[in-house]
Amino acid sequence: MTAAEAPVVGERRLTIAEALREAIAEEMRHDEKVFLIGEDIGVPGGFGGAFGVYLGLTEEFGHDRIIDTPISEKALAGAAIGAALMGMRPIPDLQYADFLFECMDELVNQAAKMRYMSNGKLSVPLVLRCPVGTANRGAQHGQCPESYFVHVPGLKVVCVSDAYHAKGLLKSAVRDDDPVLFFEHKLLYGSKGREQAGGMDLTAHVPEEEYFFPIGKAVVKREGMSVTVVATHMSLYRSLAAAEELAQDGIDCEVIDPLTLLPFDEETIFASVRKTGRLVIAHEDTLTGGWGAELAARVAEECLYSLQAPIRRVASHDVPLPVAPVMEQTVVPSQARIKAAIQRCCEG
Amino acid sequence: MSDVARAGSIEPGSGQLTADVDATHGLDLYRRMQLIRRFEERVYLHYLQGELPGTLHQSQGQEAVAVGICDALRPTDWITSTHRPHGHALAKGVDLRAAMAELYGKATGCCGGKGGSMHLGDPSVGMLPAIAIVGGGNTVVTGLGLAFKLMRTDQVAVCFFGEGASNEGAFHEGLNFAAVQHLPIVFACENNLYGASTPFHQVSLVPDVATRAVAYGVRGEIVDGMDVLAVREAAGRAVAEARAGAGPVLLECKTYRFAGHSRGDVKGYRSREEEVLWKERDPIVRLRARLAATLDAGVLDDMDAQVEAALDDAIEFARQSPLPRAEDALTDAYATVISGGSAS
Ligand SMILES: Cc1ncc(C[n+]2csc(CCOP(=O)(O)OP(=O)(O)O)c2C)c(N)n1
Repeated sequence: MTAAEAPVVGERRLTIAEALREAIAEEMRHDEKVFLIGEDIGVPGGFGGAFGVYLGLTEEFGHDRIIDTPISEKALAGAAIGAALMGMRPIPDLQYADFLFECMDELVNQAAKMRYMSNGKLSVPLVLRCPVGTANRGAQHGQCPESYFVHVPGLKVVCVSDAYHAKGLLKSAVRDDDPVLFFEHKLLYGSKGREQAGGMDLTAHVPEEEYFFPIGKAVVKREGMSVTVVATHMSLYRSLAAAEELAQDGIDCEVIDPLTLLPFDEETIFASVRKTGRLVIAHEDTLTGGWGAELAARVAEECLYSLQAPIRRVASHDVPLPVAPVMEQTVVPSQARIKAAIQRCCEG
Repeated sequence: MSDVARAGSIEPGSGQLTADVDATHGLDLYRRMQLIRRFEERVYLHYLQGELPGTLHQSQGQEAVAVGICDALRPTDWITSTHRPHGHALAKGVDLRAAMAELYGKATGCCGGKGGSMHLGDPSVGMLPAIAIVGGGNTVVTGLGLAFKLMRTDQVAVCFFGEGASNEGAFHEGLNFAAVQHLPIVFACENNLYGASTPFHQVSLVPDVATRAVAYGVRGEIVDGMDVLAVREAAGRAVAEARAGAGPVLLECKTYRFAGHSRGDVKGYRSREEEVLWKERDPIVRLRARLAATLDAGVLDDMDAQVEAALDDAIEFARQSPLPRAEDALTDAYATVISGGSAS
């Protein structure tokens, strides 16, 4: 951490889990129509959700607004959608993003299409929090399926990587009138992520006063002139670390966290690419048909003549996730792989 | 069947434990349950010591279900399992060394280190890689049964699942589909009272999963899942019916997991009193007491020592085994490698 980034004394720093909890509590206080519904979220003596984000909330809001469900993803997603249609603002929870496939019909055929089919008369205001990412859990507990949903008109897709934006975006998502899928990386929730993300401090300053961060807006995490790097979640932190290393070789990376994948903040990316002339995209979702492909296509359509080198994508290889760490590390984009892609992009 | 009723049909002093199980057979059931118990306990220790990657869902307390049911199967029969598969794997005959090595993430593991704890399995002994999606096996198993029916084999498939899974649509669709197709399947529910932290009574107004069989026109049966002889007997009946083409059976085994849901679970959602109550029904202690009536205590102690030695060997094997090669991660997504898919 550079001196400029060091926390000011008295600055309030939260983990992503804490920031999410605070956002939910604030929104539940603000609007009684907001409620939680999911598996293992409020059982007394239980886990407070699979990643502890809801710990303490039942004490304040009670079991009427924190509803524990059977292991029935179709029913709980359907119930959330139905309640949203009736004007409630549910925050359903499925524990792991991998289980979204259990309720694809509800999400893709119902939630995403109700507004359109009703000629704009109906809304489905819900926020589905989806923990993603590899953590030695294997093929069915570590996927990053955000790109499936980027393909669905009617849904919004958010990907948060730090506490400040997690809180601001979650509050915006709860107040949004369309269904929002909110992807969070399991290794970034709290202190545990710190070691695994290479010793970075993953807490961020979260002001005491209320604030919102808009859906559909990207942030430039590091300014630079040589190459634009767009990355989410762990790949974002690996890109930032690679950028520090490359700075010593004179490669000055501009690193952007898109934060929202649908709708995508193209203008921020286009402006950056017009400045740097080079683009690298990194995500933990698999390569083929990943959101990086969509971004690459848009940049090619709008900024082709600004590009000085082919666009490079770094993504998980197109295989399911293995458990053994040595294999898992091969599949997901490592800092070294991201660094090599940036170097290659800057050679051309 | 209660112990009393069972004793009534057995010649006293004959060494028979039940009509189907003599003392030698009983000793084998004991060995397999003890192997699972000690496997789980020792694996947990090594997990805490940082030797194993990933996470663990363990089955201490539920050994009688895995062993009692798999004992009624032939090697050519198949099982599907869940996120809690260690007991099922060992009971169905997955090689001990290969199972241990899989948990260690080694190349010699039964899934080459690709599967890990939650996907333990081995097709060569009739076990699919365990399915860690709750209810995932309940529909897939119908295809196993359908294939057996279409190919006119007399194989049977068993689907292990928890009571929590019985609230998934997949449970209902799988059971109904198997029923109308008269498939050779036993749906084996391990009702251990909790799905993760959630008590079953909070998510089902029907306390017995077996009751749900009525809705699909299949036979449901409840058995004491802490009594391996009772499980063996009920499983024997269910498997025989399925094999004979009489359609699926829903067998609910009332049981309890002694450990937490997964590593690091402090079990704040259940009482210590309840745990003690179930501990008193420990299936291994119970069978040991039954066997002690006919067998020398020395025989049982020897068996314990053999189990420990086998585990020593398996752990050593796992530790010494090579890690997978990094590039092995990129094989097996398809029958033959397709191009692309790994840019940059
Ligand atoms: C479709 C799906 N939803 C949720 C989960 C998360 N989860 C894993 S185990 C579990 C509880 C399962 O309970 P049960 O089926 O009774 O099996 P047990 O854990 O008691 O063996 C849950 C909710 C999952 N793996 N898959």
